[in-house]
Amino acid sequence: MSSYTKPLPRGEEYNGEFYNFCKQHELRFQRCSDCQTWRHMPRESCRNCGSFAWTWERSEGKGNIFSWSVIHRALHPGFADEIPYAVVLIELDEGVRLVSHVVGLDIADLEIGLPVEVVFEDVTPETTLHKFRPRPK
Amino acid sequence: MTTLKDQACIVGVGESAYTRGSGQTVLRLVLEASRHAIADAGLAVQDIDAFVLPGYFVFQEALAANLGIENLRYSAMIQMGGASPVTALQSAAMAIATGVAKNVLIPFGWNGYSEARVSRRERPDAAAPPRENAMSQAVRNYYAPYGALAPVQYYAWLATRHRELYGTTDEEMAQVALTCRAHAQHNPRAYMYGRPMTLEQYLESPMMATPFRILDCCLETDGACAVVLTSPERARDLRHDPVYIMGVAEGHPYPADDIPNRPDFFKIGLSFAAPHAYEMAGVTAQDMDFAQIYDCFTYVVMLQLEALGFCGPGEARDFVKDGRLRVDGDLPINTHGGLHSEAHVWGHNHVVEATRQLRHEAALQVEDCELGLVTGWGDFGDGSLAILRR
Repeated sequence: MSSYTKPLPRGEEYNGEFYNFCKQHELRFQRCSDCQTWRHMPRESCRNCGSFAWTWERSEGKGNIFSWSVIHRALHPGFADEIPYAVVLIELDEGVRLVSHVVGLDIADLEIGLPVEVVFEDVTPETTLHKFRPRPK
Repeated sequence: MTTLKDQACIVGVGESAYTRGSGQTVLRLVLEASRHAIADAGLAVQDIDAFVLPGYFVFQEALAANLGIENLRYSAMIQMGGASPVTALQSAAMAIATGVAKNVLIPFGWNGYSEARVSRRERPDAAAPPRENAMSQAVRNYYAPYGALAPVQYYAWLATRHRELYGTTDEEMAQVALTCRAHAQHNPRAYMYGRPMTLEQYLESPMMATPFRILDCCLETDGACAVVLTSPERARDLRHDPVYIMGVAEGHPYPADDIPNRPDFFKIGLSFAAPHAYEMAGVTAQDMDFAQIYDCFTYVVMLQLEALGFCGPGEARDFVKDGRLRVDGDLPINTHGGLHSEAHVWGHNHVVEATRQLRHEAALQVEDCELGLVTGWGDFGDGSLAILRR
Protein backbone atom coordinates (compact mmCIF):
# COMPACT_ATOMS: atom_id res chain seq x y z
CA MET A 1 0.00 0.00 0.00
CA SER A 2 1.28 3.41 -0.95
CA SER A 3 2.29 5.84 1.76
CA TYR A 4 1.35 8.74 -0.52
CA THR A 5 -1.39 10.63 1.31
CA LYS A 6 -1.99 13.67 -0.88
CA PRO A 7 -5.12 13.88 -3.04
CA LEU A 8 -4.81 12.19 -6.42
CA PRO A 9 -6.69 13.05 -9.61
CA ARG A 10 -9.73 10.87 -10.20
CA GLY A 11 -8.49 9.91 -13.63
CA GLU A 12 -11.83 9.45 -15.33
CA GLU A 13 -12.58 10.03 -19.02
CA TYR A 14 -10.41 12.68 -20.68
CA ASN A 15 -8.81 13.54 -17.34
CA GLY A 16 -7.64 9.95 -17.08
CA GLU A 17 -6.16 10.14 -20.56
CA PHE A 18 -4.31 13.34 -19.64
CA TYR A 19 -2.75 11.68 -16.62
CA ASN A 20 -2.03 8.47 -18.54
CA PHE A 21 0.20 10.52 -20.81
CA CYS A 22 1.87 12.02 -17.73
CA LYS A 23 2.56 8.46 -16.62
CA GLN A 24 4.42 7.98 -19.88
CA HIS A 25 6.27 11.24 -19.08
CA GLU A 26 4.54 13.07 -21.87
CA LEU A 27 2.70 16.36 -21.45
CA ARG A 28 -0.14 16.32 -23.94
CA PHE A 29 -3.10 18.60 -24.40
CA GLN A 30 -6.12 18.50 -26.63
CA ARG A 31 -5.60 20.33 -29.89
CA CYS A 32 -8.34 21.09 -32.39
CA SER A 33 -7.86 19.18 -35.63
CA ASP A 34 -9.59 21.91 -37.63
CA CYS A 35 -8.26 25.23 -36.32
CA GLN A 36 -5.23 23.93 -34.36
CA THR A 37 -6.25 25.69 -31.12
CA TRP A 38 -4.76 24.09 -27.99
CA ARG A 39 -6.91 23.66 -24.92
CA HIS A 40 -6.81 22.69 -21.26
CA MET A 41 -8.74 21.52 -19.22
CA PRO A 42 -10.06 18.81 -21.56
CA ARG A 43 -13.28 19.74 -23.38
CA GLU A 44 -15.64 18.07 -25.83
CA SER A 45 -15.43 20.81 -28.45
CA CYS A 46 -13.28 23.69 -29.60
CA ARG A 47 -14.12 27.10 -28.16
CA ASN A 48 -12.67 28.75 -31.24
CA CYS A 49 -14.36 26.93 -34.13
CA GLY A 50 -16.79 24.49 -32.53
CA SER A 51 -15.15 21.40 -33.99
CA PHE A 52 -15.52 18.08 -32.24
CA ALA A 53 -12.34 16.79 -33.92
CA TRP A 54 -9.21 16.85 -31.81
CA THR A 55 -6.10 14.90 -30.92
CA TRP A 56 -3.85 14.65 -27.88
CA GLU A 57 -0.84 16.63 -29.05
CA ARG A 58 2.48 16.69 -27.27
CA SER A 59 3.58 19.95 -25.69
CA GLU A 60 7.18 21.09 -25.82
CA GLY A 61 6.80 21.44 -22.05
CA LYS A 62 8.31 24.91 -21.97
CA GLY A 63 6.67 27.93 -20.42
CA ASN A 64 6.82 30.67 -17.86
CA ILE A 65 5.55 31.30 -14.37
CA PHE A 66 2.19 33.11 -14.56
CA SER A 67 1.15 33.34 -10.89
CA TRP A 68 1.34 31.43 -7.62
CA SER A 69 0.37 31.19 -3.98
CA VAL A 70 2.60 30.04 -1.16
CA ILE A 71 0.53 27.85 1.14
CA HIS A 72 1.31 28.25 4.82
CA ARG A 73 -1.65 26.33 6.20
CA ALA A 74 -2.39 22.94 4.73
CA LEU A 75 -6.09 22.34 4.25
CA HIS A 76 -5.46 18.68 3.53
CA PRO A 77 -3.47 16.58 6.00
CA GLY A 78 -1.40 15.12 3.15
CA PHE A 79 0.30 18.49 2.72
CA ALA A 80 0.94 19.16 6.41
CA ASP A 81 4.61 18.22 6.17
CA GLU A 82 5.17 20.29 3.03
CA ILE A 83 4.32 23.79 4.26
CA PRO A 84 5.26 26.28 3.12
CA TYR A 85 4.85 25.15 -0.48
CA ALA A 86 4.05 27.06 -3.65
CA VAL A 87 1.19 26.17 -5.99
CA VAL A 88 2.27 27.72 -9.27
CA LEU A 89 0.43 28.59 -12.49
CA ILE A 90 2.51 27.87 -15.57
CA GLU A 91 1.76 29.43 -18.96
CA LEU A 92 3.04 27.07 -21.63
CA ASP A 93 4.38 28.26 -24.97
CA GLU A 94 1.37 26.56 -26.60
CA GLY A 95 -0.86 29.03 -24.73
CA VAL A 96 -2.54 26.81 -22.15
CA ARG A 97 -2.03 27.29 -18.42
CA LEU A 98 -1.52 24.59 -15.79
CA VAL A 99 -1.56 24.32 -12.03
CA SER A 100 1.71 22.68 -10.98
CA HIS A 101 4.76 22.79 -8.74
CA VAL A 102 8.16 24.21 -9.53
CA VAL A 103 11.00 22.10 -8.16
CA GLY A 104 14.50 23.41 -7.58
CA LEU A 105 13.37 26.99 -6.99
CA ASP A 106 13.27 28.82 -3.67
CA ILE A 107 9.94 30.35 -2.77
CA ALA A 108 11.67 33.72 -2.53
CA ASP A 109 12.74 33.43 -6.17
CA LEU A 110 9.24 32.98 -7.61
CA GLU A 111 8.79 35.58 -10.32
CA ILE A 112 6.28 36.25 -13.07
CA GLY A 113 7.77 35.26 -16.42
CA LEU A 114 10.47 32.99 -15.00
CA PRO A 115 11.20 30.34 -17.67
CA VAL A 116 10.45 26.74 -16.70
CA GLU A 117 10.30 23.32 -18.33
CA VAL A 118 8.32 20.22 -17.50
CA VAL A 119 9.60 17.29 -15.45
CA PHE A 120 7.64 14.31 -14.17
CA GLU A 121 7.32 12.78 -10.74
CA ASP A 122 5.98 9.27 -10.30
CA VAL A 123 4.17 9.83 -7.01
CA THR A 124 2.55 6.38 -6.83
CA PRO A 125 2.86 3.28 -8.99
CA GLU A 126 -0.34 4.40 -10.76
CA THR A 127 0.00 8.17 -10.88
CA THR A 128 2.57 10.56 -12.29
CA LEU A 129 2.30 14.33 -11.81
CA HIS A 130 3.81 16.95 -14.09
CA LYS A 131 6.05 19.44 -12.35
CA PHE A 132 8.34 22.15 -13.64
CA ARG A 133 11.88 23.31 -13.04
CA PRO A 134 13.70 26.51 -13.97
CA ARG A 135 15.30 26.50 -17.41
CA PRO A 136 17.83 28.86 -18.97
CA LYS A 137 16.28 31.82 -20.81
CA MET B 1 -37.50 47.07 -24.63
CA THR B 2 -38.89 46.02 -21.27
CA THR B 3 -36.27 45.69 -18.56
CA LEU B 4 -36.42 44.79 -14.90
CA LYS B 5 -35.83 48.40 -13.87
CA ASP B 6 -38.12 49.35 -10.97
CA GLN B 7 -40.33 46.31 -11.54
CA ALA B 8 -39.79 44.83 -8.08
CA CYS B 9 -39.04 46.09 -4.58
CA ILE B 10 -37.49 44.65 -1.47
CA VAL B 11 -40.11 45.11 1.24
CA GLY B 12 -39.00 42.79 4.01
CA VAL B 13 -35.71 41.73 5.58
CA GLY B 14 -34.86 39.45 8.47
CA GLU B 15 -32.16 37.30 9.95
CA SER B 16 -31.34 34.77 12.63
CA ALA B 17 -28.62 35.37 15.18
CA TYR B 18 -25.08 35.07 13.77
CA THR B 19 -23.12 32.57 15.87
CA ARG B 20 -20.46 29.91 15.91
CA GLY B 21 -22.55 26.97 16.96
CA SER B 22 -26.24 27.62 16.28
CA GLY B 23 -27.25 24.26 17.75
CA GLN B 24 -30.06 24.28 15.20
CA THR B 25 -30.74 22.80 11.80
CA VAL B 26 -30.18 24.98 8.77
CA LEU B 27 -33.88 24.66 7.99
CA ARG B 28 -34.78 26.04 11.42
CA LEU B 29 -32.44 29.02 10.94
CA VAL B 30 -33.89 29.68 7.50
CA LEU B 31 -37.47 29.47 8.78
CA GLU B 32 -36.69 31.91 11.56
CA ALA B 33 -35.12 34.44 9.19
CA SER B 34 -37.97 33.94 6.70
CA ARG B 35 -40.68 34.60 9.27
CA HIS B 36 -38.86 37.74 10.42
CA ALA B 37 -38.61 39.00 6.84
CA ILE B 38 -42.26 38.29 6.05
CA ALA B 39 -43.38 40.00 9.26
CA ASP B 40 -41.05 42.92 8.56
CA ALA B 41 -42.77 43.34 5.19
CA GLY B 42 -46.18 43.39 6.81
CA LEU B 43 -47.31 40.42 4.75
CA ALA B 44 -48.93 37.20 5.91
CA VAL B 45 -46.98 34.00 5.36
CA GLN B 46 -49.76 32.84 3.04
CA ASP B 47 -49.05 35.81 0.76
CA ILE B 48 -45.71 34.27 -0.24
CA ASP B 49 -46.22 32.44 -3.53
CA ALA B 50 -42.64 31.94 -4.72
CA PHE B 51 -39.16 31.04 -3.48
CA VAL B 52 -35.81 31.72 -5.04
CA LEU B 53 -33.25 29.68 -3.17
CA PRO B 54 -29.56 30.59 -3.31
CA GLY B 55 -27.41 27.48 -2.91
CA TYR B 56 -28.47 24.02 -1.89
CA PHE B 57 -28.89 24.00 1.87
CA VAL B 58 -32.68 23.85 2.04
CA PHE B 59 -35.30 22.37 -0.25
CA GLN B 60 -38.39 24.23 -1.39
CA GLU B 61 -40.67 21.34 -0.40
CA ALA B 62 -39.52 21.46 3.22
CA LEU B 63 -39.70 25.23 3.29
CA ALA B 64 -43.27 25.31 1.96
CA ALA B 65 -44.35 22.50 4.29
CA ASN B 66 -42.97 24.27 7.36
CA LEU B 67 -44.34 27.68 6.42
CA GLY B 68 -47.75 26.30 5.46
CA ILE B 69 -47.64 27.70 1.94
CA GLU B 70 -50.16 25.58 0.06
CA ASN B 71 -50.10 27.35 -3.30
CA LEU B 72 -46.48 27.76 -4.31
CA ARG B 73 -46.50 29.13 -7.87
CA TYR B 74 -42.78 29.37 -8.58
CA SER B 75 -39.57 28.01 -7.12
CA ALA B 76 -36.01 28.18 -8.42
CA MET B 77 -32.54 27.43 -7.12
CA ILE B 78 -29.51 29.53 -8.01
CA GLN B 79 -26.13 27.80 -8.15
CA MET B 80 -23.48 30.52 -8.25
CA GLY B 81 -21.98 30.06 -4.80
CA GLY B 82 -21.75 33.40 -3.02
CA ALA B 83 -23.02 35.22 -6.09
CA SER B 84 -26.37 33.44 -5.70
CA PRO B 85 -28.22 35.79 -3.31
CA VAL B 86 -27.85 38.84 -5.58
CA THR B 87 -28.61 36.74 -8.66
CA ALA B 88 -31.72 35.55 -6.81
CA LEU B 89 -32.93 39.17 -6.79
CA GLN B 90 -32.84 39.03 -10.59
CA SER B 91 -34.91 35.84 -10.72
CA ALA B 92 -37.38 37.24 -8.20
CA ALA B 93 -37.74 40.46 -10.17
CA MET B 94 -38.35 38.46 -13.36
CA ALA B 95 -41.07 36.42 -11.67
CA ILE B 96 -42.79 39.54 -10.33
CA ALA B 97 -42.44 41.58 -13.53
CA THR B 98 -44.00 38.82 -15.60
CA GLY B 99 -46.81 38.06 -13.18
CA VAL B 100 -45.57 34.55 -12.52
CA ALA B 101 -45.55 35.34 -8.82
CA LYS B 102 -46.64 38.17 -6.55
CA ASN B 103 -44.55 37.95 -3.37
CA VAL B 104 -41.20 36.22 -3.50
CA LEU B 105 -39.19 34.97 -0.54
CA ILE B 106 -35.40 34.66 -0.89
CA PRO B 107 -34.00 32.87 2.16
CA PHE B 108 -30.45 31.68 2.75
CA GLY B 109 -28.86 29.98 5.72
CA TRP B 110 -26.14 27.54 6.67
CA ASN B 111 -24.12 26.32 9.59
CA GLY B 112 -20.95 27.68 8.00
CA TYR B 113 -18.99 27.18 11.20
CA SER B 114 -20.45 24.17 12.96
CA GLU B 115 -21.04 22.02 9.85
CA ALA B 116 -19.24 23.42 6.83
CA ARG B 117 -15.84 24.75 7.89
CA VAL B 118 -13.32 24.77 5.08
CA SER B 119 -10.63 23.15 7.21
CA ARG B 120 -12.87 20.14 7.86
CA ARG B 121 -14.11 19.52 4.36
CA GLU B 122 -11.07 17.64 3.12
CA ARG B 123 -10.48 15.40 6.10
CA PRO B 124 -10.23 11.78 5.08
CA ASP B 125 -12.76 10.95 7.81
CA ALA B 126 -15.22 13.66 6.74
CA ALA B 127 -18.79 12.42 7.01
CA ALA B 128 -19.77 13.37 3.48
CA PRO B 129 -17.68 14.42 0.49
CA PRO B 130 -18.16 17.97 -0.79
CA ARG B 131 -20.87 18.37 -3.41
CA GLU B 132 -19.57 17.62 -6.86
CA ASN B 133 -19.98 20.28 -9.55
CA ALA B 134 -17.92 21.70 -12.42
CA MET B 135 -15.69 23.62 -10.04
CA SER B 136 -15.10 20.77 -7.63
CA GLN B 137 -14.18 18.53 -10.57
CA ALA B 138 -11.51 21.02 -11.65
CA VAL B 139 -10.22 21.16 -8.10
CA ARG B 140 -10.25 17.40 -7.73
CA ASN B 141 -8.45 16.62 -10.98
CA TYR B 142 -6.16 19.60 -11.54
CA TYR B 143 -5.74 21.76 -8.41
CA ALA B 144 -5.92 19.49 -5.37
CA PRO B 145 -3.10 17.13 -6.43
CA TYR B 146 -0.85 20.20 -6.14
CA GLY B 147 -2.27 21.34 -2.82
CA ALA B 148 -4.83 23.96 -3.85
CA LEU B 149 -8.15 22.83 -2.40
CA ALA B 150 -9.97 25.87 -1.09
CA PRO B 151 -10.90 29.37 -2.25
CA VAL B 152 -8.24 31.03 -0.07
CA GLN B 153 -5.67 29.00 -2.00
CA TYR B 154 -6.92 29.35 -5.57
CA TYR B 155 -8.26 32.93 -5.46
CA ALA B 156 -4.75 33.74 -4.24
CA TRP B 157 -3.49 33.23 -7.82
CA LEU B 158 -5.58 36.25 -8.90
CA ALA B 159 -4.31 38.33 -6.01
CA THR B 160 -0.64 37.37 -6.45
CA ARG B 161 -0.53 38.25 -10.13
CA HIS B 162 -2.41 41.51 -9.60
CA ARG B 163 -0.07 42.47 -6.75
CA GLU B 164 3.02 41.62 -8.75
CA LEU B 165 1.82 43.63 -11.75
CA TYR B 166 0.61 46.68 -9.83
CA GLY B 167 2.66 46.68 -6.64
CA THR B 168 -0.15 46.46 -4.07
CA THR B 169 1.13 46.41 -0.48
CA ASP B 170 -0.07 44.55 2.60
CA GLU B 171 -1.08 47.87 4.16
CA GLU B 172 -3.32 48.63 1.18
CA MET B 173 -5.01 45.22 1.36
CA ALA B 174 -5.50 45.81 5.08
CA GLN B 175 -7.75 48.79 4.41
CA VAL B 176 -10.58 46.48 3.37
CA ALA B 177 -10.31 44.34 6.50
CA LEU B 178 -9.89 47.34 8.81
CA THR B 179 -12.89 49.09 7.28
CA CYS B 180 -15.15 46.08 7.76
CA ARG B 181 -14.02 45.61 11.33
CA ALA B 182 -14.43 49.29 12.20
CA HIS B 183 -17.96 49.33 10.77
CA ALA B 184 -18.89 46.20 12.72
CA GLN B 185 -18.17 48.04 15.96
CA HIS B 186 -21.47 49.90 15.40
CA ASN B 187 -23.51 46.76 14.68
CA PRO B 188 -24.58 44.65 17.65
CA ARG B 189 -25.56 41.81 15.28
CA ALA B 190 -21.97 41.54 14.05
CA TYR B 191 -19.90 38.60 15.22
CA MET B 192 -16.93 40.96 15.65
CA TYR B 193 -18.94 43.61 17.54
CA GLY B 194 -16.88 44.73 20.50
CA ARG B 195 -13.66 43.36 18.98
CA PRO B 196 -11.88 46.19 17.17
CA MET B 197 -8.75 45.50 15.13
CA THR B 198 -5.53 47.41 14.48
CA LEU B 199 -3.22 47.38 11.48
CA GLU B 200 -0.60 45.73 13.69
CA GLN B 201 -2.96 42.89 14.55
CA TYR B 202 -3.70 42.46 10.86
CA LEU B 203 -0.01 42.34 9.92
CA GLU B 204 0.79 39.90 12.72
CA SER B 205 -2.01 37.48 11.88
CA PRO B 206 -0.88 34.13 10.45
CA MET B 207 -0.36 33.71 6.74
CA MET B 208 -2.77 31.24 5.12
CA ALA B 209 -1.93 31.34 1.41
CA THR B 210 0.07 34.30 0.14
CA PRO B 211 -0.92 37.05 -0.08
CA PHE B 212 -3.79 36.18 2.28
CA ARG B 213 -3.35 36.30 6.03
CA ILE B 214 -6.13 34.94 8.18
CA LEU B 215 -7.41 38.51 8.63
CA ASP B 216 -7.74 38.84 4.85
CA CYS B 217 -10.35 36.09 5.06
CA CYS B 218 -14.05 36.26 5.85
CA LEU B 219 -15.53 34.73 8.97
CA GLU B 220 -17.00 31.26 9.21
CA THR B 221 -20.32 31.57 11.01
CA ASP B 222 -23.75 29.95 11.40
CA GLY B 223 -26.78 31.98 10.45
CA ALA B 224 -29.54 32.80 8.02
CA CYS B 225 -31.18 35.81 6.47
CA ALA B 226 -34.10 36.39 4.17
CA VAL B 227 -35.64 39.09 2.03
CA VAL B 228 -39.13 39.49 0.55
CA LEU B 229 -39.84 41.13 -2.79
CA THR B 230 -43.07 42.33 -4.31
CA SER B 231 -44.36 44.67 -7.00
CA PRO B 232 -44.20 48.47 -6.60
CA GLU B 233 -48.02 48.54 -6.56
CA ARG B 234 -48.28 46.05 -3.70
CA ALA B 235 -45.38 47.73 -1.90
CA ARG B 236 -47.27 51.01 -1.51
CA ASP B 237 -49.37 49.92 1.45
CA LEU B 238 -46.80 47.74 3.21
CA ARG B 239 -44.94 48.60 6.39
CA HIS B 240 -41.73 50.09 5.07
CA ASP B 241 -40.74 52.38 2.24
CA PRO B 242 -39.90 50.05 -0.64
CA VAL B 243 -36.37 49.62 -1.91
CA TYR B 244 -36.45 49.43 -5.71
CA ILE B 245 -34.31 47.17 -7.84
CA MET B 246 -33.12 49.65 -10.48
CA GLY B 247 -30.66 47.35 -12.17
CA VAL B 248 -29.61 43.76 -11.68
CA ALA B 249 -27.38 41.33 -13.58
CA GLU B 250 -25.31 38.21 -13.22
CA GLY B 251 -22.02 37.51 -14.94
CA HIS B 252 -19.66 34.60 -15.40
CA PRO B 253 -15.94 34.64 -16.06
CA TYR B 254 -14.80 32.73 -19.13
CA PRO B 255 -14.25 29.89 -18.70
CA ALA B 256 -16.16 29.79 -15.42
CA ASP B 257 -14.93 26.33 -14.39
CA ASP B 258 -11.16 26.95 -14.58
CA ILE B 259 -9.32 29.92 -13.11
CA PRO B 260 -5.91 29.60 -14.82
CA ASN B 261 -7.06 29.48 -18.45
CA ARG B 262 -8.83 32.83 -18.69
CA PRO B 263 -7.65 34.94 -21.62
CA ASP B 264 -7.94 38.07 -19.45
CA PHE B 265 -7.05 36.88 -15.97
CA PHE B 266 -8.78 39.77 -14.22
CA LYS B 267 -12.03 39.68 -16.18
CA ILE B 268 -14.30 38.33 -13.45
CA GLY B 269 -18.03 37.64 -13.48
CA LEU B 270 -18.72 41.15 -12.24
CA SER B 271 -16.82 42.59 -15.24
CA PHE B 272 -19.61 41.16 -17.39
CA ALA B 273 -22.49 41.93 -15.01
CA ALA B 274 -21.66 45.56 -14.19
CA PRO B 275 -22.29 47.16 -17.61
CA HIS B 276 -25.67 45.41 -17.87
CA ALA B 277 -26.81 46.51 -14.42
CA TYR B 278 -25.63 50.10 -14.85
CA GLU B 279 -27.30 50.36 -18.25
CA MET B 280 -30.57 48.99 -16.89
CA ALA B 281 -30.49 51.42 -13.97
CA GLY B 282 -29.31 54.39 -16.04
CA VAL B 283 -26.67 55.28 -13.48
CA THR B 284 -22.91 54.98 -13.07
CA ALA B 285 -20.56 53.89 -10.33
CA GLN B 286 -19.98 57.53 -9.45
CA ASP B 287 -23.66 57.93 -8.50
CA MET B 288 -23.45 55.39 -5.66
CA ASP B 289 -23.83 56.51 -2.06
CA PHE B 290 -22.53 53.17 -0.77
CA ALA B 291 -21.43 49.72 -1.95
CA GLN B 292 -21.93 46.43 -0.12
CA ILE B 293 -19.20 44.35 -1.75
CA TYR B 294 -18.83 40.59 -1.37
CA ASP B 295 -15.76 40.32 0.84
CA CYS B 296 -14.75 36.69 1.00
CA PHE B 297 -11.16 37.99 0.84
CA THR B 298 -9.74 41.51 0.94
CA TYR B 299 -8.25 41.32 -2.54
CA VAL B 300 -11.49 40.07 -4.03
CA VAL B 301 -13.03 43.38 -2.93
CA MET B 302 -10.21 45.24 -4.66
CA LEU B 303 -10.72 43.32 -7.90
CA GLN B 304 -14.44 44.11 -7.72
CA LEU B 305 -13.81 47.84 -7.16
CA GLU B 306 -11.99 47.82 -10.49
CA ALA B 307 -14.63 45.70 -12.24
CA LEU B 308 -17.34 48.03 -10.96
CA GLY B 309 -15.60 51.03 -12.50
CA PHE B 310 -14.84 52.88 -9.27
CA CYS B 311 -11.24 52.96 -10.47
CA GLY B 312 -9.19 51.63 -13.37
CA PRO B 313 -7.18 48.41 -13.61
CA GLY B 314 -4.41 48.42 -11.02
CA GLU B 315 -5.80 51.48 -9.25
CA ALA B 316 -7.64 49.77 -6.38
CA ARG B 317 -4.53 49.99 -4.23
CA ASP B 318 -4.79 53.78 -4.25
CA PHE B 319 -8.58 53.87 -4.21
CA VAL B 320 -8.85 52.08 -0.86
CA LYS B 321 -6.59 54.59 0.91
CA ASP B 322 -7.34 57.70 2.94
CA GLY B 323 -10.50 56.34 4.53
CA ARG B 324 -12.39 56.38 1.27
CA LEU B 325 -14.20 53.13 2.16
CA ARG B 326 -15.28 54.32 5.63
CA VAL B 327 -18.83 55.36 6.43
CA ASP B 328 -17.87 59.03 6.14
CA GLY B 329 -15.69 58.48 3.05
CA ASP B 330 -16.47 58.87 -0.64
CA LEU B 331 -17.57 55.24 -1.01
CA PRO B 332 -18.62 53.56 2.22
CA ILE B 333 -18.46 49.78 1.86
CA ASN B 334 -19.84 46.98 4.02
CA THR B 335 -21.42 49.24 6.59
CA HIS B 336 -22.62 46.21 8.58
CA GLY B 337 -19.12 44.73 8.80
CA GLY B 338 -19.44 42.43 5.80
CA LEU B 339 -18.47 38.78 5.65
CA HIS B 340 -15.27 39.82 7.40
CA SER B 341 -16.84 41.13 10.58
CA GLU B 342 -20.63 40.74 10.64
CA ALA B 343 -21.13 37.16 9.44
CA HIS B 344 -20.65 34.93 6.42
CA VAL B 345 -24.16 34.41 5.12
CA TRP B 346 -23.11 34.11 1.46
CA GLY B 347 -23.56 37.87 1.09
CA HIS B 348 -27.30 37.74 1.67
CA ASN B 349 -26.55 39.90 4.72
CA HIS B 350 -25.19 42.49 2.26
CA VAL B 351 -28.63 42.59 0.61
CA VAL B 352 -30.27 43.00 4.02
CA GLU B 353 -27.85 45.81 4.94
CA ALA B 354 -28.31 47.65 1.64
CA THR B 355 -32.07 47.57 2.23
CA ARG B 356 -31.73 48.96 5.76
CA GLN B 357 -29.40 51.71 4.50
CA LEU B 358 -31.93 52.80 1.90
CA ARG B 359 -34.71 52.75 4.48
CA HIS B 360 -32.43 54.96 6.63
CA GLU B 361 -32.63 52.53 9.52
CA ALA B 362 -29.11 51.05 9.51
CA ALA B 363 -27.07 50.66 12.67
CA LEU B 364 -24.33 52.72 11.02
CA GLN B 365 -26.22 54.95 8.64
CA VAL B 366 -24.75 56.53 5.49
CA GLU B 367 -26.27 59.98 5.74
CA ASP B 368 -29.03 60.78 3.26
CA CYS B 369 -28.21 57.85 1.01
CA GLU B 370 -30.50 57.42 -1.99
CA LEU B 371 -28.70 54.87 -4.16
CA GLY B 372 -26.38 51.97 -3.51
CA LEU B 373 -25.16 48.69 -4.88
CA VAL B 374 -24.68 45.12 -3.69
CA THR B 375 -22.35 42.59 -5.29
CA GLY B 376 -22.04 38.84 -5.11
CA TRP B 377 -19.00 36.66 -5.83
CA GLY B 378 -18.96 32.89 -5.87
CA ASP B 379 -17.47 29.66 -7.15
CA PHE B 380 -14.48 30.56 -9.38
CA GLY B 381 -15.41 34.24 -9.67
CA ASP B 382 -19.04 34.24 -10.77
CA GLY B 383 -20.45 37.68 -10.11
CA SER B 384 -23.70 39.51 -9.61
CA LEU B 385 -24.71 43.12 -9.08
CA ALA B 386 -27.88 44.82 -7.91
CA ILE B 387 -28.37 48.58 -7.96
CA LEU B 388 -30.94 49.66 -5.40
CA ARG B 389 -32.67 52.96 -4.64
CA ARG B 390 -35.13 54.43 -2.16
